[in-house]
Amino acid sequence: MHDTSAHAVQHGAPTGFLRKHVFSIDHKVIGKQYYALALLAATVGMVLSWIMRIHLGWNSAAIPGLHLLSKTGAPGDVLTPEYYLQLMTMHGTIMVFFVLTTAPFAAFGNFFLPIQTGAEDMPFPHFNMMSFWVTFVAFLVLVASFFVSDGPTLGGWTQYAPLSAVGSVAGPGQGLGVVLWASSIAIFCIGQLLGSLNFITTTLDMRTKGMSLMRLPLSAWAWFITSIMGLTAFAVLMPACILLILDHVAGTSFFVPSGLVINGQVLPHSGGSTLLWQHLFWFFGHPEVYIAIVPAMGIVSHVLITNMRRPLLSHRVIIACMGAIAVLSYMVYGHHMFVSGMNPFSSLAFSFPTLVITIPATIIVLMWLGSLYGSKLRINAASLFALGFISMFISGGISGFFLAQPSIDIMLHATYFVVGHFHMVMAVAAMFGIFAGTYFWFPKMTGRMMNETLGKLHFWLSFVGAYCIFMPFHYLGIAGNVRRYQAFTDDYLIPLIPVHKFITVAALVTGLAQLLFVYNLIYSRFKGAPATDNPWEGTSLEWSTATPPPHNNFGDTMPVVYHDPYQYSVEGASSDYVMQTSPEQINAPDEK
Amino acid sequence: MAKILAVTIVLIAIGSAIPIVMHMWPMPPDISVHGVLIDEQYADTMAEAGISFLASQFLLAFFIWKFSSPKPDATIKRFPGGAAGLVVAAFLLVGTEVLALGVFGTRAWASVYLTPPGANAMPVQVQAGQFAFYFRYPGPDGKFGPLHPDQINEATGNFMGLDTTHDQDSKDDIVTAEMAIPVNQEIHLLMHSKDLGHSFYVPELRVHQDFVPGLDLSVHFTATKVGKYEIVCTQLCGLGHYNMKAYLEVMSQEDFANWLKQQAALQ
Repeated sequence: MHDTSAHAVQHGAPTGFLRKHVFSIDHKVIGKQYYALALLAATVGMVLSWIMRIHLGWNSAAIPGLHLLSKTGAPGDVLTPEYYLQLMTMHGTIMVFFVLTTAPFAAFGNFFLPIQTGAEDMPFPHFNMMSFWVTFVAFLVLVASFFVSDGPTLGGWTQYAPLSAVGSVAGPGQGLGVVLWASSIAIFCIGQLLGSLNFITTTLDMRTKGMSLMRLPLSAWAWFITSIMGLTAFAVLMPACILLILDHVAGTSFFVPSGLVINGQVLPHSGGSTLLWQHLFWFFGHPEVYIAIVPAMGIVSHVLITNMRRPLLSHRVIIACMGAIAVLSYMVYGHHMFVSGMNPFSSLAFSFPTLVITIPATIIVLMWLGSLYGSKLRINAASLFALGFISMFISGGISGFFLAQPSIDIMLHATYFVVGHFHMVMAVAAMFGIFAGTYFWFPKMTGRMMNETLGKLHFWLSFVGAYCIFMPFHYLGIAGNVRRYQAFTDDYLIPLIPVHKFITVAALVTGLAQLLFVYNLIYSRFKGAPATDNPWEGTSLEWSTATPPPHNNFGDTMPVVYHDPYQYSVEGASSDYVMQTSPEQINAPDEK
Repeated sequence: MAKILAVTIVLIAIGSAIPIVMHMWPMPPDISVHGVLIDEQYADTMAEAGISFLASQFLLAFFIWKFSSPKPDATIKRFPGGAAGLVVAAFLLVGTEVLALGVFGTRAWASVYLTPPGANAMPVQVQAGQFAFYFRYPGPDGKFGPLHPDQINEATGNFMGLDTTHDQDSKDDIVTAEMAIPVNQEIHLLMHSKDLGHSFYVPELRVHQDFVPGLDLSVHFTATKVGKYEIVCTQLCGLGHYNMKAYLEVMSQEDFANWLKQQAALQ
């Protein structure tokens, strides 16, 4: 804890438009930029999913205007098989990297981590600015692949080799499309590494006086733990992407073995390993799941506690469990590879940690449930999404029991069961975390309140809609419905098409409901009711400062922290809550 | 509104469970010897997961119902047993559950992947390539001739790169586009890929194994029911991936012998 080092990053408020809003080194502006990028990316990703869903339900349906995206990919506005795969790949990549990583971690983390720790900014503000702009460039590079001759890669967001490594001979988008994909992700990794570095140092070095590590709110802990995961996971993905690019442009064979014959040609590669890509990718890929979900856990805990008017049963247990999940996340990645051809003993070795990781996840859920017991729950859009998150996390988490076991994975691997599982536990749950965070923190970020009625309507449509979309995915998977098919021509899959039609309708309705959110966001930004400094009666440092916070976060006086982060309903206290900065003496057990 | 949420969660939980309990979209029926272990493991997991799912969703709903809109004078109550009680409960309940699933699941996995095929297992080779499977039977000599990827020529029908001129063992090999096997006969399936990653998935057979370019892999199984089943590719392999399939026909011993003779005559 360095109450003095906080001043090390002091920088005057910028005056010009460019330095203030574009190339800003203010963590709050950067947080908002990340949020805007995530919103843009989510819109693109969702529209792509609509196109895919319509195509899956009604295979020959023309989607008006689709030919504008690609004349060859959608002649007569009907998707070709290859273009379906290309859009699917872009959907997955955009959503995982540019939405689920950027919004809960980079956007909210940037805005609130320094404030919750009591810092004036992050220690390396220029790195921070670079982190966003590098990520933005990564997004542009990825989107650019829509506009190259044969379009984006069709290899899926996992880009398994050798499909991804042999070039355009393997299909449309497998040449330049893959190079752009791998370049985009490698650039993205640089952005996240810079961001993680800032998050870690902010947490360790920038805390204000009195802010011990155990006094950090759970959201700050979640961002801290996630940044450690980010530092190690993206550091592996980046070189993997570089090696993939080299296989394309430098004639190397990192991921291509010898003797492959495509289109009647023996490929001039030898000595590579296709499984090497899978190991490198999933060593990043599984922690990535937690990079998306742990910040959401932190946000949801933070939102729930404020709305339950009580601390969680144990602050320390939640932190320990998030830490345990982070450590275990590196030991479980092999469950993506049970039937990949790796040593079958390895499957057992990866299965046990995968099963064990359910223990800390269960404990976190039980802490939420046990804390709901006897609470004074306030219902608002933020707390509804936080509660919805718990329901989704339970549903998606429990289907993990099946996929953790190699014997059952024989049936369910690469089916819609997997798609249902990860969409619920990672995508929808994390999105609910983002929504909870948005409704909760929007007043602090903009100085205005969001419309609660629209927010609640948004919740109901999203909650019921998400279940209607993703629960049936599990049934399809159990029936053996293979994923990544653009049409279901197999005899045993044809009877399942009506379920796909139902899912498509649900996806369109749920997707349209998101317009309510976007409208609410934009309308409230300009016309929302003015927010007070502490509209939810919260206790952590973001509620001790002005709304919106001044350039240096706390004005002339740096805050001093006297209490644990969640002093609600403290017996004998002067009010329902005691802020971290309140010097009031209270009789509450300190969890340090 | 909290009460509506509680009711909605309960309805969603029950509604989600109904298709499973009613077997509305069940797993394809098992036609293998080893499949019973997988199915038992699946059923045990479904029971445990189902109970956990319903119990947690109901508990969430109940607490939302009970503890929202409290009276103004309400005080905070602590969950009986506190955090320590819940941590111990999680370790005991989930720990036991995952240990049991892990240990018993190992049996099912071992029966497929950790036991060698029997001495009498019939070898069949399968080659995957964009976007078709080809199968090879060793013929009367019981031996497969070597593969020469550079001699693959689809135009001349040399789908697997056999050199029947120079390789004695290849001369009687039988290459087919469909797979036929005798019922109740263990099959040792030798798998290789011509080009990219593919997969061999026959849901009814409870067999699922990726093809890995550069690696020769194998699985073994015994089909117990005569019939025609689909072999599908589950590893994204390019634009025709969705259409990459072949049929597996499980036949009586006699029918299989006749089929093999017919195929040999066609070579």
